[in-house]
Amino acid sequence: MTDNWVEVAKVADIPPLLARVVKTKHGDIALFHAGDGQIYALDNKCPHQGGPLSEGIVHDCRVACPLHNWVIDLKTGEATGPDEGKTRTYEVKVEDGRVFLKL
Amino acid sequence: MSRERLVVIGNGMAGVRAVEEVLKADEQRYAITIIGDEPYENYNRILLSPVLAGENTIEDIILNSAEWYAENGIELIKGVAATRIDRVRREVELADGRRVAYDKLIIATGSKPFMLPVPGNDLDGVIGFRDIADVETMLEAARKYDKAVVIGGGLLGLEAANGLMKNGMDVTVVHLMETLMERQLDATAGEMLRKSLEERGMTFVMPAKTTELLGDDKGRVRAVKLEDGREIEADLVVMAAGIVPNVQLAKEAGIHCERGIVVNDYLMTFDPRIHAVGECVQHRGVCYGLVAPLYEQARVLANHLAGSGWMAYEGSVTSTKLKVTGIDLFSAGDFLGGPETEEIVMQDARGGIYKKLVLRDDRLVGAVLYGDTMDGTWYFQLIKDGTDISDIRGKLLFGQAHLGDSGHGEEAAVANLPDEAEICGCNGVCKGEIVAAIKEQGLFTLEDVRAHTKASASCGSCTGLVEALLAHTLGGDYSATPSEKPMCGCTDHTHDQVRAAIVENGLKSIAEVMRFMEWKTPNGCASCRPALNYYLLCAWPGEYVDDRASRFINERAHGNIQKDGTYSVVPRMFGGVTTPDELRAIADVAEKYNAREVKVTGGQRIDLFGITKEDLPKIWADLAKAGMVSGHAYGKALRTVKTCVGSQWCRFGTQDSTGLGIRLEQLTWGSWMPHKFKMGVSGCPRNCAEATIKDFGVVCVDSGYELHVGGNGGIKVRVTDLIAKVETEEEVLGWAGAFIQLYRETAHYLERTAPWIERKGLSWVKEQLEDEQRRKELFERFRHSQKFAQHDPWSELAEKDDPIFRPVAELA
Ligand code: SRM
Ligand SMILES: Cc1cc2nc3c(=O)[nH]c(=O)nc-3n(C[C@H](O)[C@H](O)[C@H](O)COP(=O)(O)OP(=O)(O)OC[C@H]3O[C@@H](n4cnc5c(N)ncnc54)[C@H](O)[C@@H]3O)c2cc1C
Ligand code: SF4
Ligand code: FES
Repeated sequence: MTDNWVEVAKVADIPPLLARVVKTKHGDIALFHAGDGQIYALDNKCPHQGGPLSEGIVHDCRVACPLHNWVIDLKTGEATGPDEGKTRTYEVKVEDGRVFLKL
Repeated sequence: MSRERLVVIGNGMAGVRAVEEVLKADEQRYAITIIGDEPYENYNRILLSPVLAGENTIEDIILNSAEWYAENGIELIKGVAATRIDRVRREVELADGRRVAYDKLIIATGSKPFMLPVPGNDLDGVIGFRDIADVETMLEAARKYDKAVVIGGGLLGLEAANGLMKNGMDVTVVHLMETLMERQLDATAGEMLRKSLEERGMTFVMPAKTTELLGDDKGRVRAVKLEDGREIEADLVVMAAGIVPNVQLAKEAGIHCERGIVVNDYLMTFDPRIHAVGECVQHRGVCYGLVAPLYEQARVLANHLAGSGWMAYEGSVTSTKLKVTGIDLFSAGDFLGGPETEEIVMQDARGGIYKKLVLRDDRLVGAVLYGDTMDGTWYFQLIKDGTDISDIRGKLLFGQAHLGDSGHGEEAAVANLPDEAEICGCNGVCKGEIVAAIKEQGLFTLEDVRAHTKASASCGSCTGLVEALLAHTLGGDYSATPSEKPMCGCTDHTHDQVRAAIVENGLKSIAEVMRFMEWKTPNGCASCRPALNYYLLCAWPGEYVDDRASRFINERAHGNIQKDGTYSVVPRMFGGVTTPDELRAIADVAEKYNAREVKVTGGQRIDLFGITKEDLPKIWADLAKAGMVSGHAYGKALRTVKTCVGSQWCRFGTQDSTGLGIRLEQLTWGSWMPHKFKMGVSGCPRNCAEATIKDFGVVCVDSGYELHVGGNGGIKVRVTDLIAKVETEEEVLGWAGAFIQLYRETAHYLERTAPWIERKGLSWVKEQLEDEQRRKELFERFRHSQKFAQHDPWSELAEKDDPIFRPVAELA
């Protein structure tokens, strides 16, 4: 299989500690500009009841889902604490301020 | 760089809690070794009583599993005693000859049972009640023998006696004093307790002094001999006549000890490398024998070991609850009182209920409850907070449920709920799950319960119920969340400390606050960031730039997020009054943007549901064109001002309630608050606008306006308190603005006016506002902040055409 890297945004499009959404035909992917300065990409769907993670409050490398406050680890897509569940993550690379997703 | 070596002697409740707190504060700093002479991981000693009574098993009460030690890289040396502290070489010597070097040492050796110095105290079958081994000895004896004597009628003795009785033994309690549990109960409650234990089959011999234990030819105890010559048969004797702090190791190492190891407010001994914590400690002359104070000590100690070093331990007020199923008993503080105290007493001998409250200078200082302990937690909180109770004195004895609150009766309710009753509606957590988690995982605090079960972790409305469950399940060892608790796990500072620091030190951004106050996380969490954003906004109006990344999505997008990710939009209708033009504009946007539902809200305005995020700026622009602004229906902000028709139309109306409501809303809209804020104006005391359950309510009367504050019609209904009566509309506006500003400046984030008033006291609020000068200053500060707040966020965002509302890319 060949790597399929797609350019989706500029880092500057995603303000620190906020997120933007990439629409795809398989559903939305959320791009987070996390507390460590890195960009992470996850399905825009909370493992709990599908809440839009892109609208949550981002802290460090985590996001708190806006619907019921589950906290999702941006690196692994896994729910933290007592909650269990996992959101799909995507590989991201940044070159010259341009963000690529591996799809 | 290699880590500093932290060694703990004592693998018990205080020592391990201190380690947990150290890890929380700084995971990396220390290589940790814990030495414990018991052959177990850390367990919940408190629950030995239910284990003995057959209500729990040993596995149930393990607090930290072997995996926990491994995961946190802690070396646990168990089943081996420490025998010497070598302060010169900074090493601890173990019974098996090993030596463990330390940079910092914590002594947490707890205490041991006090064995009466009488002949025969070393016979077989004579034990204390302290650890798993003791419980095993008792259970073994209960299988083989019939008769047990417990010496000591205190908490521990009665729990032992109860447990042995449950295991089929014939139990006699020998007690030195006239009444049971004299250190926790007054004579009346002690007598009631004795009676109900006797009804269950326990025998008491008291007052009586033990002089000797008599043995048989095999060296096993056979009887207890009293001073008056009586002999009581016994195959097992449990000594529960007190505890003695384990100070031997420290003493031999030359560390200053009195009754306990003497420590300062930082839990440091006379050797700065050596700290001590728990029951082995003597702080300001006091040795504690309950868990709650030890946990407070552990937190302060960790704060110092982690190098922060600003917390001080100043001693604790303690409370007790007897863990004998079916007997409800609670005591706290100075329950005996003295010449300068007053008492409020309620006694119902037949109903088995007794309550005594001890007051000094309008503060509660002690409480004894028997039979009905529902309000124990609340009283304990009042004692610890030193709340001025003069406003509620008349209702105090009847409990929290009678404070004008007809909502959830908190503990009253939870005690009687079935296990499957849902406590946390948001996360669907039932009572049974919470109780099981508290017991099995040894949870002690609200935060623990939140982390393990999710209960009360969302909207927080069930916090009171969860606290009540904790109190009910744990009894005395539950230290009700102090109102002075840290903001969240990211800091040890309280809301008030943070607010004060922002103002005093001129901190102007979230990052600055976090740096200055040594936040433990790089950029906070979803709980502290919105709070900090608000505190900064309130402190520096016009100057601080709102941080939208620290706003909950509703406030960021100025719409209410729905479960399907769409939004609801509510335009403001001042005082609930609208016009055909406005209605037409609303109808137009509803059609244009496919609102899936149009609903009249409970706040006298119209809600449009099912709007997509991308359409938000457009719908706002359209509404703004028709002259409408956001209703802030999503925000911790001024929400609605509900009005009735008043003197304009109504045959009973005394004043223009509608007009006044509109003026109030015009003055206050746009203001950010600690929580949402609602007002109401009724034209007469029939009160059709429900003004007396609003944060600020006005009831018009013939001679003027009655002003009411602190109402809440939500989760926990609270009726307002009357705060003033004024004659003109101008005065109403002045009071409203000043009240709002006082609330904005002193409430904790997410604290509505109702709990805020109960925390600060109505008298205090009155005092602030009745002073005309102060009221004017507050009003001026409010007006100033409003200059920057009354921009319609909708049209602003619509103008900016912020791309954040749109996807960053669309892939085919
Ligand atoms: C729309 C409305 C219901 C309706 O259709 O009538 C409503 C809807 C919501 N209310 Fe309410 N409340 C509405 C009037 C009320 C009222 C009645 C009133 O204001 O006169 C109350 C009781 C009065 C009070 O607050 O004292 C009320 C007490 C609550 C509470 C409990 C507050 C409390 O302090 O106990 C919550 C939960 C919270 O705020 O944490 C809440 C929370 C909510 C939220 C925001 C829940 C959420 O976070 O998503 C609901 C948003 C639905 C949405 O997406 O729009 N709503 N809510 C009402 C909007 C009024 C408005 O025009 O702005
Ligand atoms: C049956 C019972 C019921 C209780 N009920 C309540 C209650 O309802 N509410 C409440 O608040 N409190 C209650 N308590 C008191 C509470 O358990 C104690 O306050 C608490 O356990 C003290 O903690 P600690 O860490 O100081 O001591 P411990 O928990 O006793 O821990 C000290 C540990 O150090 C070990 N140790 C001692 N010397 C050495 C050494 N030289 N080398 C290695 N290890 C050593 C001990 O074996 C022990 O394991 C109860 C206690 C008992 C026994
Ligand atoms: S409260 Fe009732 S009676 Fe009074 S003005 Fe309003 S509608 Fe009329
Ligand atoms: S959908 Fe995310 S927490 Fe419920």
